[in-house]
Amino acid sequence: MIDQNNVDTDVLYPGAFLNIPDPELMKNHLFEGLDPTLRDQLVGDTVLVVGENFGMGSSREHVPQAMKAAGIQCVVGKSFARIFERNCVNLGLMIITAPQAAEAANPGDMVRIDAHASTVHVGDATFDARPLPAFMLEMIELGGLVPWAQRRVAS
Amino acid sequence: MGLTLAEKILLAHTEAEEIQPGEIVMVACDLVMANDISGSVAFREMARMGVTRVFDQSKVLMVADHFMPAKDVKSAELQRILKDWSGEQGVKFYDQGRGGIEHAVMVEDGWVVPGDVVAGGDSHTCTHGALGAFATGLGSTDIAACLAFGEFWQSVPGTIKVDFSGEKQPFVSGKDLILAVIAQIGVGGGTNHVLEFVGDGAAALSIDERLAVANLAVEAGSETGIFPADEVTREYLDGRAARDWVPERSDPDARFARELDINLGSLGPLIAMPHSPGNVVSLDDAKGIPIDQAYIGNCSNGTMTDLRQAAQVFEGRKVHERCRVIIVPATVKIYREALAEGLVDTFLEAGAIVSTPTCGACFGGGMGVLAAGEKAVATTNRNFKGRMGSPEAEVHLANSWVAAAAAVAGEIVDPAEVLGSVVA
Repeated sequence: MIDQNNVDTDVLYPGAFLNIPDPELMKNHLFEGLDPTLRDQLVGDTVLVVGENFGMGSSREHVPQAMKAAGIQCVVGKSFARIFERNCVNLGLMIITAPQAAEAANPGDMVRIDAHASTVHVGDATFDARPLPAFMLEMIELGGLVPWAQRRVAS
Repeated sequence: MGLTLAEKILLAHTEAEEIQPGEIVMVACDLVMANDISGSVAFREMARMGVTRVFDQSKVLMVADHFMPAKDVKSAELQRILKDWSGEQGVKFYDQGRGGIEHAVMVEDGWVVPGDVVAGGDSHTCTHGALGAFATGLGSTDIAACLAFGEFWQSVPGTIKVDFSGEKQPFVSGKDLILAVIAQIGVGGGTNHVLEFVGDGAAALSIDERLAVANLAVEAGSETGIFPADEVTREYLDGRAARDWVPERSDPDARFARELDINLGSLGPLIAMPHSPGNVVSLDDAKGIPIDQAYIGNCSNGTMTDLRQAAQVFEGRKVHERCRVIIVPATVKIYREALAEGLVDTFLEAGAIVSTPTCGACFGGGMGVLAAGEKAVATTNRNFKGRMGSPEAEVHLANSWVAAAAAVAGEIVDPAEVLGSVVA
């Protein structure tokens, strides 16, 4: 859980490590400029809950690449910066805008996402999420832009 | 209902007959660019897509500029991949010493014309909006698809109209204009929107200053920032761009999501305080902050206009003993022009160093990063925590006059005070 607003991709993955092309090595630097101990909370299937305008700044795909490699299954936030959001979609990482759910969540809560119903469940409570456009939902469920492109090449 | 400039450009690059904000469309690219950071991952993903050749060799270029010159073996490997891949694909490659910082060299060499759609593997691709292009930063996997198919998916953005009126005041540059915009709408205020810069104050800006304005559009969260092409654009592109173009602007009845009016008559120099480009204060409110390093240059403010402003301050003066100065001309051509004009000598005489064109310390990649506890003034575009080195360092964003004056005074100061002082 990262509840600050306007968290930039520089603190999520500092520039000095942008010379690493392998996601398995990228994950060792995730959250490095923010709070490296956050990495210790990424146990099993993790949902990352964030504040407003999360992921602003650089287009570095290293952030969602490292998140995926570290076991994050979904990002739920109050709102997202545009390039970060589309990078997640392109990598097949579920990303949902659900301000009330993000406000209600606490570290360790059980969070479930129903992207088709546009709802996010936090514990026993259910919150509305902003509906994902069909195109984005389809791409995420397909596994991202690479499988989407493979299908296009095949047809 | 009329269309905004951004809507017109996007419509001309889709198969759709009409488009609405929020709708997702496939947009055709006129240019696709990547660098030593975004490139290698994009090439790997393009191969995974099952595509071996780029969609159009003439519309692709690669620029080695981030860890340039290579700071270590890993960085050198990334640049070798960029070079080898470009050679195999037969696309233009700007190697060390042959170009400079990507956005600056693309503009300088006439790659971009008004009405273009530019997809760049770098968030500051929005810089090309200075020439009236829809230019937007994308991640590596997006770039992979652009290289493979020549198009990307895009949610049609709304447009925020920014009307600059009146005349710029002394020691105010393009940097201050865009910081004023970010101060008003916030670092997320432009999300899913394009900033369109109009008004007599916008029309009066040179291309160098328009580049500085458009460059920071992404710091407001915008898809891009765009200036309608005009006579200033035409004069700049004549003899530079090989392709024909037609000037376009928003229809009189176009629908804007929001309109901002910024009166330049009452706008002084601004400073973005640590650690956000949206943390903007007046120069007066930042005066007296001690400065350990001034960094002048990068893709937003490494132009001849900027170097001349800095040289005006450094001429006959010395860098304060507390302070280090790094000057980064954005391209090799700018470097040589500065050399020919004697600016480089002025900088060296003052005690500054002049770097090769590179993204370098602007993004913490090397070439002059900051130690813990140090305070910097930089003409760059981001001052996030840790952006230029240590997370314990502090970066203040400012224009080139202000940065140079701070270097001379050893603290943030009004350039008028420094220029009013007696030259040694």
